[in-house]
Amino acid sequence: MCTFKLEIDNEKILTTSLLGLAIAATSAQARDYDEIRIGVDVPYEPMEYRTPDGELTGFDIDLGNALCAEIGIDCEWVVQGWDGIIPGLLSRKYDAIMSSMTINEQRREQVLFSEPYFQPPSAWFAPEGSELTDTTEASLDGLTIGVQRGTLQDNYVTDMFGDVADVNRYSTADDMVLDMEAQRLDIVFLDYPVGQSTLLQSDNRAYKVVGEMVTEPKEYFGDGFGIAFRQRDEALAEQFNEALATLQEDGTYDEIYNRYFDAK
Amino acid sequence: MDALMTQLEALLADNSIFTLQTLSYYTEGLTVTVQLVFLSLLIGLVLAVPLAIGRSSKRGWIKWPIFAYTYVFRGTPLLIQLYLIYYGVVFVDGIQETWLWVILEDPFMPALIAFTLNTAAYTTEIFRGAIKSTPKGEIEAARAYGMSTNLMLRRVVLPSAFRRALPAYGNEVIFMLHASAIASVVTIMDLTGAARFVYARFYAPFEAFLFVAAIYLCLTFAILYFFRYLEKKLLAHLQPMS
Repeated sequence: MCTFKLEIDNEKILTTSLLGLAIAATSAQARDYDEIRIGVDVPYEPMEYRTPDGELTGFDIDLGNALCAEIGIDCEWVVQGWDGIIPGLLSRKYDAIMSSMTINEQRREQVLFSEPYFQPPSAWFAPEGSELTDTTEASLDGLTIGVQRGTLQDNYVTDMFGDVADVNRYSTADDMVLDMEAQRLDIVFLDYPVGQSTLLQSDNRAYKVVGEMVTEPKEYFGDGFGIAFRQRDEALAEQFNEALATLQEDGTYDEIYNRYFDAK
Repeated sequence: MDALMTQLEALLADNSIFTLQTLSYYTEGLTVTVQLVFLSLLIGLVLAVPLAIGRSSKRGWIKWPIFAYTYVFRGTPLLIQLYLIYYGVVFVDGIQETWLWVILEDPFMPALIAFTLNTAAYTTEIFRGAIKSTPKGEIEAARAYGMSTNLMLRRVVLPSAFRRALPAYGNEVIFMLHASAIASVVTIMDLTGAARFVYARFYAPFEAFLFVAAIYLCLTFAILYFFRYLEKKLLAHLQPMS
């Protein structure tokens, strides 16, 4: 009897507090942000990291600041560890997350994503002296391609070029680079940042990127990164989507992109 | 054949992992594994016979270099030998310009060389043991007939040594089959390579590896039966009468 009553009481309390929350939510939705805080987990080069004197920098940071400037609101960056980054958003420590977060279904249940603003690129790397200029089926015919086993690049290359070229699969990127140096591989297909640090910035700098960077099709390369908001902040997400479209049109986006992903 | 393929396709229709595509990886892998193991065992055997005779020699300059070779190859892991022959040679300056590179460029040949040298070392020691345990009486009898060393080796020592070595050699063949599983670390798509590919593609470790384990089991059974047949045939005189 007693417990039953207690339950009713609890329920009442819950209903009341839910009601209160709902009111708070409505008022939050109605509110226009003139200043927002963005959560970010550092370091994750070149997306977000600190300069030697402690300043936050990176692709996400620069793009985020540009988006805020476009919308006309002030941005403040809040550094938060990855584990707690979504709980931090939901508990209002900050109002958005811009931290190389891949859009996926599990996260969609908790947060509201903007349009994808970035697709981590994969790229083809070949020795400097290679005559390859593009990566069509015809030009890769009969060549040996290196990939890391089980990566999305492996799946892509296997399906697209598995019939015309030899695909060598490696457990680690290091083994693959070694075989590239040994001239056993004609070309490798890698995450661009990995290739940048292991091949382009290697001591002898004897490698180049062949063709365009690859981010399509989606069934291989995923949805890309999105900015996460609380579910109810639809208006805010819409503002960011519009700003993103503007920046992509007027070339600001490309300018920031080239700052961090210069294909040289 | 076509009828078989359609039947197989129907059988696999609602299986997401074992499609005709992945099965073709397994069959190609089976071919590579069998080729690799068979060739290395064959060449290893051809090398091992003279080496075993040399290893049993009384002359130090023949005996010790062969001992050094078997000691090194039996004393280090096969995986390390494979790494050295495949990745290590790359650091020899200018090797890409020599004829050696034609052999070493493709992963198959380095793996074959490593496997051959390894199995030759073990087989040499197996045969040496068998040669050494030739009964003294047989050798004395051969000498009493006035046989030369060559003739004695050919007619008396080697035939009985091979018979004695047979069970141990059968073991070595099975070990070699299983050791070949490391070929996939140098990008060879052998049976294990196919299994690792299917595993990585579908995140299905049980299906991928249990299936390949079953294939290895079948191969092992075939080898076992072949050696049992050989033993029955060649060691018939050692069997009890009834």
